[in-house]
Amino acid sequence: MSNQTILEVENLTVNFDVSSEGDMPWTKAKKLQAVNDISFSLSAGETLGVVGESGCGKSTLARAIVKMVPAESGKVVWLGNDLLGLSHSEARQYRKQIQMIFQDPLASLNPRMNIGEIIAEPLRTHYPKTPESDVKARVRDVMHKVGLLDNLVNRYPHEFSGGQCQRIGIARALILKPKLIICDEPVSALDVSIQAQVVNLLMDLQEEMDLALIFIAHDLSVVKHISTKIMVLYLGNMVELANSNDIYQSPSHPYTQALISAVPIPDPNVEKNKELILIEGDLPSPINPPSGCVFRTRCQKAQDICSQQKPEYKEVATSHSVACHFND
Amino acid sequence: MIVANKNKIKDMADNLSESGAGRSLWKDARIRFMQNKAATISLFILLAIVSFSFIGPYFAVWSYEQIDWNAMGSAARVGMPSIESGHFFGTDDLGRDLYSRVIQGTQISLMVGVLGASVAVIVGTLYGATSGYLGGKTDQIMMRIVDILMSIPYMFVLILLLVVFGRSIGMLFIGIGLLSWLDMSRIVRGQTLNLKNMEFIEAAKVTGVSDFKIITRHIVPNLLGIVAVYATLLVPGIILAESFISFLGLGVQEPSTSWGALIKEGAGTISYETEWQLLFPLAFFVVSLFCFYFIGDGLRDALDPKDR
Ligand code: SF4
Repeated sequence: MSNQTILEVENLTVNFDVSSEGDMPWTKAKKLQAVNDISFSLSAGETLGVVGESGCGKSTLARAIVKMVPAESGKVVWLGNDLLGLSHSEARQYRKQIQMIFQDPLASLNPRMNIGEIIAEPLRTHYPKTPESDVKARVRDVMHKVGLLDNLVNRYPHEFSGGQCQRIGIARALILKPKLIICDEPVSALDVSIQAQVVNLLMDLQEEMDLALIFIAHDLSVVKHISTKIMVLYLGNMVELANSNDIYQSPSHPYTQALISAVPIPDPNVEKNKELILIEGDLPSPINPPSGCVFRTRCQKAQDICSQQKPEYKEVATSHSVACHFND
Repeated sequence: MIVANKNKIKDMADNLSESGAGRSLWKDARIRFMQNKAATISLFILLAIVSFSFIGPYFAVWSYEQIDWNAMGSAARVGMPSIESGHFFGTDDLGRDLYSRVIQGTQISLMVGVLGASVAVIVGTLYGATSGYLGGKTDQIMMRIVDILMSIPYMFVLILLLVVFGRSIGMLFIGIGLLSWLDMSRIVRGQTLNLKNMEFIEAAKVTGVSDFKIITRHIVPNLLGIVAVYATLLVPGIILAESFISFLGLGVQEPSTSWGALIKEGAGTISYETEWQLLFPLAFFVVSLFCFYFIGDGLRDALDPKDR
């Protein structure tokens, strides 16, 4: 495994304009801060797990990295180039190095195309002159890699199960031999037994091809297995970023602690004595986020200062940063 | 030995891959359509009517504008349907052969229906897909235009058009076609909006597929189903509209005719006991309309995404 940094995200912020029903055309649209000031870096062969409740901006973060949604400010540095500064055609050559797999396996495959066409599409798009026999060979090759029989190439997506569809999606992402795959909740829609298969497949592929992964999920138990680093998001803000082990052993942010306490532990004795921290209340509206610390409306440790001052990211240990006024 | 085995396995795999042809959604739909008896029978009847309108003239003894002076004015006594006189369907009040006139009317009515529907489908699909795909302000403006056009009573406009620009078959189907694309554009736009947010479109975008390819490769093929269904349901609507216009006496010009015009004449003379003048065109009209609706229904069931 090389340790070269391939992706650096610096202070990435994404805002959406939202206009509510019944607004007049001239009323100013409200700003929704979907992703707020997020920075991290990723090396080849590493996996960053991104965890948070739905609506916390994890999908937006993924889409901003691949320029599917415009970023308000910040940088996405890919192998030394700031992608956000590039025009569409300049960014195209990096497109083949960053691929994505999606949450709904069936919806991410065009129902009118057969599996062979679907998997070959990225190849045909970026290398339109590839001879047909090479395309076929490459398709077969990736199908083997993801554990699909290559005699299925002429079948159509609706003939497959969710897990198989996700494998097809992975095959499509792999065919250009990318360096980074962004997995947007790739297993949330799958059965638990199949989740493990897909996660294991991704880990095998990662080792084999020295891939970097960004793995998005809404609970910690899924990312635990696969991630080297974990980022916890809350309402578009990064609340904690640390190596996977550190997050589990010494979670510092109250939100992370609550998330961890919700992960079942296989040891019944530990599980019995475990203190379950419940998060009460609803996720506040991102249009109108709480002042100071975004988590304060649901935080058990909240003090006066939390509503007045936004906590800075502080390193509590090596490569373990937390945004909380009181980190113990 | 092992090598030989490996080759064998590979051969087997190759064979499998040839036999492993998948069933595309189209093929699935065709099978489902065939299972729908009403739709399949309708399709055959409709094909029979269409071929009749092309082959029929070769058996005709009289042309559609030729007047049989014997029958003129005494249609009730002389002009009844008979093989001997060559008036298989009888004659109309002017002594013209109804068999030939029904064939002519069938051709014109079907042509108006199909051409009108094509104009509507092409204009509506392009307009709707553009509006839906571009989204935002453009979409808003384009759809408000459709709303405004929709609020205009369309029969009224059509009648005005025919009065102002004169009665001609060309005017008729341009008028009908251009006014009936509105629904089509709405349906296509809705569908495009749905498709645009599907993950496979996003997947294509992330990969770097161009907008044009996304529309042609991913959006249009997924629209075709609904367009096909709507088009088959549109044809009878347009035939009805044309018939209504012709019934008012504003449609096709003599000696050409259409179902609507024939039905009007037949209805006008029903009191002279020449019921065949009404019944023959009416039968063709009703049967064809039913066929179109059944086929449309069958197509919709066959292509319905809920059944997948
Ligand atoms: S800053 Fe205050 S409110 Fe925010 S997490 Fe820390 S203790 Fe809770």
